[in-house]
Amino acid sequence: MYHKRDKKDDEDLAIAGNIFAKITKTSALQDARSFNETPVNARKCTLILTKILYLMNQGETFTTQEATDLFFNITKLFQSKDTTLRRLVYIGIKELSKIAENVYVVTSSLTTDMNAKDDLCRPQALRALCHITDGTTFQGIERYMKQAIVDKNPAVASAALVSAHHMAKNIPEGVKRWVNEAQESVNSDNVMVQYHALGLLYHIKKTDRLAVSKFLAKYAQTGLKSPYAILMLLRIAAHLYSQDKQNGPYLSFIDKCLDHKSDLVCYEAASLLLKINCSTPINTAAAFAVCQSGLSSSRPVVRFAAIRTLNQVAMLRPTLVEYCNVELEHLITDSNRSIATLAITTLLKTGQEASVERLIKQISSFMNEISDEFKIVVVTATRKLCQKFPRKHAVMMNFLETMLRDDGGSEFKKAIVDTILHIIEDNPDAKEAGLAHLCEFIEDCEHTNLMIRILHLLGKEGPKTSRPARYIRYIYNRLILESAPFQAAAVSSLAKFGAHCEDLLPNVIVLLRRSLLEMDDEVRDRATFYLNVLLTKQKSLYNQFILNPLQVSIVDLEKSLQQYILDPKDTPFDLKTVPLATHPQNNDESAKKPTVNGMKPSSETVRVTKTAPNEVAETRRAIYEEQLAYFPEFEEAKLGPLIKSSQPVELTESETEYVVKCIKHVFKRHVVFQFDCINTCNDQILENVRVSMQVPEGYRKVCTVECPVLLYDAPGTTYSCVEIVSDNVSLYVGTFENLLLKYIVKDCDPNTGKVLDDEVGYDDEYALEDIEIVWSDFVQAIIKPDFVSAWEELGPNTEVAETFALQSFKTIDEAIKNIIYFMGLAPCERSDVVPEGKMSHSLYLSGVFHEEDEILAVAKLAVTNEGVTMKLSIRSNNLDISNFIVSIIA
Amino acid sequence: MDATNISFQDPILNAISGIIILDNDGNRIIAKYYDKNSSLKEQKAFEKNLFSKTHRANGEILMLDGYTCVYRSSVDLFFYVIGGADENGLLLMSLLNCLVESISSILRKNVEKRTLLENLDVVILAIDEICDGGIMLEADPAAVVQRVAIKPEDIPLGEQTVSQILQSAREQLKWSILR
Repeated sequence: MYHKRDKKDDEDLAIAGNIFAKITKTSALQDARSFNETPVNARKCTLILTKILYLMNQGETFTTQEATDLFFNITKLFQSKDTTLRRLVYIGIKELSKIAENVYVVTSSLTTDMNAKDDLCRPQALRALCHITDGTTFQGIERYMKQAIVDKNPAVASAALVSAHHMAKNIPEGVKRWVNEAQESVNSDNVMVQYHALGLLYHIKKTDRLAVSKFLAKYAQTGLKSPYAILMLLRIAAHLYSQDKQNGPYLSFIDKCLDHKSDLVCYEAASLLLKINCSTPINTAAAFAVCQSGLSSSRPVVRFAAIRTLNQVAMLRPTLVEYCNVELEHLITDSNRSIATLAITTLLKTGQEASVERLIKQISSFMNEISDEFKIVVVTATRKLCQKFPRKHAVMMNFLETMLRDDGGSEFKKAIVDTILHIIEDNPDAKEAGLAHLCEFIEDCEHTNLMIRILHLLGKEGPKTSRPARYIRYIYNRLILESAPFQAAAVSSLAKFGAHCEDLLPNVIVLLRRSLLEMDDEVRDRATFYLNVLLTKQKSLYNQFILNPLQVSIVDLEKSLQQYILDPKDTPFDLKTVPLATHPQNNDESAKKPTVNGMKPSSETVRVTKTAPNEVAETRRAIYEEQLAYFPEFEEAKLGPLIKSSQPVELTESETEYVVKCIKHVFKRHVVFQFDCINTCNDQILENVRVSMQVPEGYRKVCTVECPVLLYDAPGTTYSCVEIVSDNVSLYVGTFENLLLKYIVKDCDPNTGKVLDDEVGYDDEYALEDIEIVWSDFVQAIIKPDFVSAWEELGPNTEVAETFALQSFKTIDEAIKNIIYFMGLAPCERSDVVPEGKMSHSLYLSGVFHEEDEILAVAKLAVTNEGVTMKLSIRSNNLDISNFIVSIIA
Repeated sequence: MDATNISFQDPILNAISGIIILDNDGNRIIAKYYDKNSSLKEQKAFEKNLFSKTHRANGEILMLDGYTCVYRSSVDLFFYVIGGADENGLLLMSLLNCLVESISSILRKNVEKRTLLENLDVVILAIDEICDGGIMLEADPAAVVQRVAIKPEDIPLGEQTVSQILQSAREQLKWSILR
C-alpha cells in the first residue's frame, strides 16, 4: 500500500515544475470546492491554495463574486490543524479581503487564533485580522492589540506594531491611543521590534514637533540597539533639522552616528550630513571621509551609496567633491553601470575649466568598451559641460566628432548630432567648426533623418558663415550620390545659398539646372521651382518662397483644398483664406529640427518638448471650431475660419455659487464669447442660461446661444456673438461691461437632482466680471525663420518707432517676457534669450494681425538705473497698425 | 539643482516598494508590489526592463525608473528587492540577504526554480514574514526560517525533496517487509 502511494507522489512531484504553469483560474476555483470536504485533506488543500495564491500573484483578477466564494471556501480550512495550511489561509484572507465581500465573518476565528497558546500562528493571525478590521470592528480588537504590542514574543509584538502602522491610515484616532504601548516597545531587546515601535511612535507623534524632538533627544542619548531604528532616528533628525535650521543637537547626533559599527547607519549619517552641509557650511570632513572610503569598497552597494551621495552634493559643493576625483575616475570603468554613470556625471558636474580636456581624454579612452545606452548618457553630460564652459567647445567638438565617426546605433548618433546642434546654437564661436564636422559626417551617414536634418541646417546656417562656398560642395555631393529624399533636401538647401549669397548665385543656378533632369519628380519639381524663383532676381520673391516658407497650417490647407475641389468656384483658390498656423509648420524637409523654432529655450528640458505645444494648439483650435460649427446661429452669421482662441479667463471667484469662465474666439469680423458655466449648488437647476453684456463702440451684438439646462456640477456652455463693425483698428480693443448671467432657477432635490413637482422657477441673474478684448487677442504669433530679410522686405517707410521707459522691470529677462506676453508676437532668431550679464539686448518679434497684416518688431532694450528702456520699432504692411501698437503701449 | 532641491528621506517605515523573484527567462515567479498604484501591464514592463538590465551584469544594485533595485541571482533564479529612488541601498540589501538566505535554507541550499516551485507554499510564507505591506518585518534569516518552521517530522509529503521522500519511502518499505 505505502509503496504504491509513494510512487504516485513521486510522479506528482516530477511534474511540479510545470503544474503552476498550466493551472487556470477556472480549474483552481473548481478545485477550491474540495476545501469543503471533511475531514480536511491538508496536503491536497495546501497545494490548491498555493496554486490560487500563485495565480493571484501572476496578476490574475477575480470578480467580487468569485473572490467572495473563494473566501468562504477558504474559511472552511480553519478546521485543519496543519500549520502550513493554516498560515496559507491567513495569507489567502489578506489577499482576498481586498476584493471579497463580508470578510468580517472571520473576525472571531482570527481573534481566537491570535490569542491561542500556539505561538506559531499568533503573529500571522494578528496581521490577517488587522487587514480585515475597519472602523466598526476596531473597538473589538483594541484590547488584544494593546496586549500584543507589548507581548514578550518579538514576532507578535512586531506584527502588532506593523499592523497598527497600516491601520493608522484609516483609523488614525484609534491607533493614537496606543502611544504608551509603542513607547514601551521601543525599549525592547529585539532589533525589529525596536524599529517598528519607533516607526509607529513617530507616525503617531509626527504632527507634534516638540514631542518628536523630545523623544529624539531621549533616544539619541540612551542609544538604540537596532541599526534600523537608528536609521529611522537619523531620518527623523534630518527631517526636523530641515524644518528648523537652528538646532544643533540633531546634527551632533547625526555626527555621532558616523562611527557606528553598522555600514547602514554610517552611510545614512554621512549622506544626511553632506546634504545638510549644502545648506549650511559645517564641518563635514568625517562624513566626507566615510563616502570617500566607500568609493573604493569591494561591495557595489557601498560604492553606490557613496557615489550617489557625492553626486547629489556635487553641484553645490564641487570643491569638496573634487578631492575624490581620483577615486571617481576609477569608477568610470566600474562593472556596475549605475555606479559608472553616476561617476561620470559627478565628474562632469565638478569638472573645472582646466580639467575638462583631461576628463574628455579619459572618457574617450573607454568609449569603445561601453554600450550605446551608456554612451548616450556621456553625450548628454558633454552637452551640459559645454553649456558650462563654452570656451572649451573645440575640445568637446573634437570628442563628439570622434564618436560620430565610430560605430553606433541610430539613437546614439542622433544624440550626438543633437548635442552638436545645441552647441552650434548656443555658441556662435563653435558654429563653423560644428558645421564642418556635420559636413564630414553626412559624407558617410546611413541615417536618413539625421542626414536630412543636417542638410536643412546647412541651408539655414551655412549662408551666414564667413565662407558659404565651402558647404556647397558637400551639399552637391549629396545631390549626385544619394537617393531622392536627400536630393530633395539638398536642392532646398542649395536654393537657400543662392537666395542669400549674391556671389554664389550663378554657381547655384548652374547646379540647380543640372538637377532638372533628375529621375525623381519631387527633386525635379523643387529644382525647377527654385531655379525660376532665383532667376527672377527679386529679393521679395526670395523671401516669400525660399527663406520664409509657407505659414498656413497644413491641416487646414488640406481641408480648404478639399472643399474647393468638391465645390469649384470661378475664382482661383485663395491661399489667404486658409488659417495661418500659429507656429511655423515643418516645410519642405520633413524632419525639421524642433529646436530651430527657438521659442523659449530657457532650459534644456523645454527644448526637447517644443513640438508638443504646437500640436496642442492645433488640436485645440480644431476642437473649438468643430464645437462652434454645431450651432446654426453661427452658421448664419458666416463667421469664417477661427483665427484665434484665447486662454480661459475666470469671470467669478472660484468658490461661488456659479463658476463661469470665458474663452474669446476671434474670427475675421466677429468675436464669439464662450462662457463655460458650472453650477455648484446641489439644490438648484438653472434653465435658459445666457449672458447679457453691454457692447462697447465698434461692436454690434449678433446672437446668443443659450444653455438650456445647467445641472449641479455638470459644465454647461452658452455663447454670445458680436460683430466687429468698425474698420478703425483702435476700436477693436475694448471692454465689455455689465456682464450678467441670466437664468431661471428651479429648486430641486439635492439627492436625486430632480426638480420638485410644482416648481415653476423664477428669473434671476448673477453679476460677472468684465471682459476685455485686448490687442493680443487678434495677433497670431508666427515666427519668421529669417527675420532680417523679412524686416528689410517691409522697408523703412512702414516703420514707426518710439522709445519707452519701462520702470516696472528690473531686468531685461523680465521685460522680454512681459513684452512678448503683451504683444502676443513670437520671438525670432532665439532673441528672447539674453546672454548673462548683458546690459542691452535686441528682441525680434513677428506675428500676424487679424490674419492679414504682418507685424515685425524690433525692441532694443537697455538696463538703466531706472528700470529698462525700450526703443521699439514696428514695421507692418498696414501703417495704422504700427501706429496703433505704439499708442497702446504708451 | 539648488539647496532647496535636496530632499530628505521621509522618516517612514514603508521602505520597500517590492520584492520580485524571476526565472532565467525573465518570467515572474513571485512579485509583490507594495506601492499599489501600478497596473499589471506596467509591472510586467518593469520586470522585463529589470531583467534585461540585470540578467547578465553582476552588479548587485542599479537605478531603474526611479527605483533603487538590489538583486542577486542563484542558478536559474533572480531575486530583487526594490525601494524608492532615495532609499538606502544598504537597507534594501539587508532585506535581500534575508530573503535569499531564508529561501536557501528552506530549500536546503537547492536554490533553483524547480525546488522553489515545489516549496512555493513555504516560500510564500517566508516572503510574508519578511515584508508586510512595504514594511520590513524581519531581517534575520534564522528568525524567518524559525517562524515558517518546518520541523522535519511535520513536513507534509508535498514539501519534501525527492531524496527525502525516497529516504522515508525506503524506511517505510523496510518496516512493511519486516512486519
